[in-house]
Amino acid sequence: MTASPSPRPTWGGVPLTRRRLVLGMAAVGGFLAVDLGAVAWAGGWIGAAHRLIPDDFIKAFAWVNGKQPGFRKNHGKGVAVAGYFESNGNGRELSSAPVFQAGRTPVVGRFSLAGGNAHAADATATARGLGLAFGFPGGSQWRTAMLNLPVFDNSPQGFYDRLLASKASPDTGKPDPKAMAAFLAAHPETAKAMKIIGQTPPSPGFADSTFWSLNTFYFVSESGSRTPVRWSLVPVTPPAPRPTSGPNALFDAVVRQIRSGPLQWKLMLTVGEPEDPLDDATLPWPADRRAIDAGTLTLTSIETERAGNARDINFDPLVLPPGIERSGDPLLSPRSAVYAASYRVRARESTSAPAVNVDQVTP
Amino acid sequence: MSPEIDDTAATVTPPQKFTALSRMFHWLTAILIFAALLIGFTMVNWLAGYATLRVVHMSIGALVLVVVVLRIINRIGHHPPAWPPTVGRREGKAVIWLERALYALMLAQPLVGWAMVSATGKPVRVFGVLPLPRIAPFNIDVYSVLRETHSILAYLLVVVIAAHVSLILAHTTVLRDGMLRRMTFQLRRSTK
Repeated sequence: MTASPSPRPTWGGVPLTRRRLVLGMAAVGGFLAVDLGAVAWAGGWIGAAHRLIPDDFIKAFAWVNGKQPGFRKNHGKGVAVAGYFESNGNGRELSSAPVFQAGRTPVVGRFSLAGGNAHAADATATARGLGLAFGFPGGSQWRTAMLNLPVFDNSPQGFYDRLLASKASPDTGKPDPKAMAAFLAAHPETAKAMKIIGQTPPSPGFADSTFWSLNTFYFVSESGSRTPVRWSLVPVTPPAPRPTSGPNALFDAVVRQIRSGPLQWKLMLTVGEPEDPLDDATLPWPADRRAIDAGTLTLTSIETERAGNARDINFDPLVLPPGIERSGDPLLSPRSAVYAASYRVRARESTSAPAVNVDQVTP
Repeated sequence: MSPEIDDTAATVTPPQKFTALSRMFHWLTAILIFAALLIGFTMVNWLAGYATLRVVHMSIGALVLVVVVLRIINRIGHHPPAWPPTVGRREGKAVIWLERALYALMLAQPLVGWAMVSATGKPVRVFGVLPLPRIAPFNIDVYSVLRETHSILAYLLVVVIAAHVSLILAHTTVLRDGMLRRMTFQLRRSTK
């Protein structure tokens, strides 16, 4: 075909005219431009520079804490726990979720400290996390990631800016006060929330911490009524911790407490009134809101993070059973998205030994 | 077909159409897969939309799986109409492989997605209410392989679909062999 003196190339026996070739290239080129352009736009390669995406959080955590391969990008330091929730049936008034039927639901969970450094030294001022998965891995499981703080940021941007401002300066080992001041000036809502947090000094340890849901959720009853709810876990007098010290002081204490006997919390469902903020986690609800005691969480065992236990659970706050629904709180979808991004990244990294090793905690 | 409609220089026999059912399956999968791909790429880069789009994406994925299985059954039962004579032997071989790759990807992608969510230990619920069984063990390493595979298959789908559409468009516009018409639904027009 190429050696032929014929000037006109053919395809499939059809001579190719310039007009048709131009038309064909226009059609194919036009299609590819739209098709691949749509993919590139959707994938964030074009047009995403001005907005925060989940990967920005992963990068920011790495920038603040250095690489933490195999660990959660936030709340990297933690320990796995297990036990059960004994429902008294009171929660059924608000939600049809199986977990609120009177009876026992197994629970797996994880105590953690906020921050991306998986080997940071324990400090009582660091926010404490409790992630729980009720009924894991069943189809009606309920996951929640709580903090020992009544309020939180109210936007992904606020969280992101606070994270960047929290980077320890290489000279002092502490966050740059100027960066934090600039952050608080730019985010008065977080400044107010931090003031509220500051009013209650943190309890001595994990076992006597109250943990809050931070965000608002809708509880949907069997009759279909939807109620805005925030929940909290209120500690039932734990055994007094023995004084501990060292970089794992808080974790060591809770390991010894669980060894000496189960730790318990009351699950309180706080019912929002119409005037209460549903979409702003920096704002607490008034203290006199009705709260339903839905039952008791009992943690009976504690173990080092390893393959197949709570280490490998993403405590995505949007894994909800039928009977609990997402509210319009603008923090919920970003939390779900960023947790998923962290889970994906750490899943492909090789793991190393966690800082908290339960077997090494002396009796 | 009347000769005045066929204005191509080469005399090509008017192409036979796919059966109406095959054409319906084709366009249904095209729409679903386009939507699933675009939503999938979008959701992982959109903080505010992630939660809602994840439900939509998984629901479309479940539909894709059902439709593709039915489509494969239909494909086995119905031999497609012959290509126009403009498709040469070598091109024909390439097109056969392209079609096989497309079917394999369409079938594998929703299964990998389903297994990937299963491996995280999360419940697999589509359309917000319909629970599906978990088809992979709770295992973060299994999840990781499936998760990365899900992305690779998505890019392969983009490439194979782009090749498929480009080839059809090139045939239709350059060779005027009516390639696209085999798959279209003719809008009823008055006899002219």
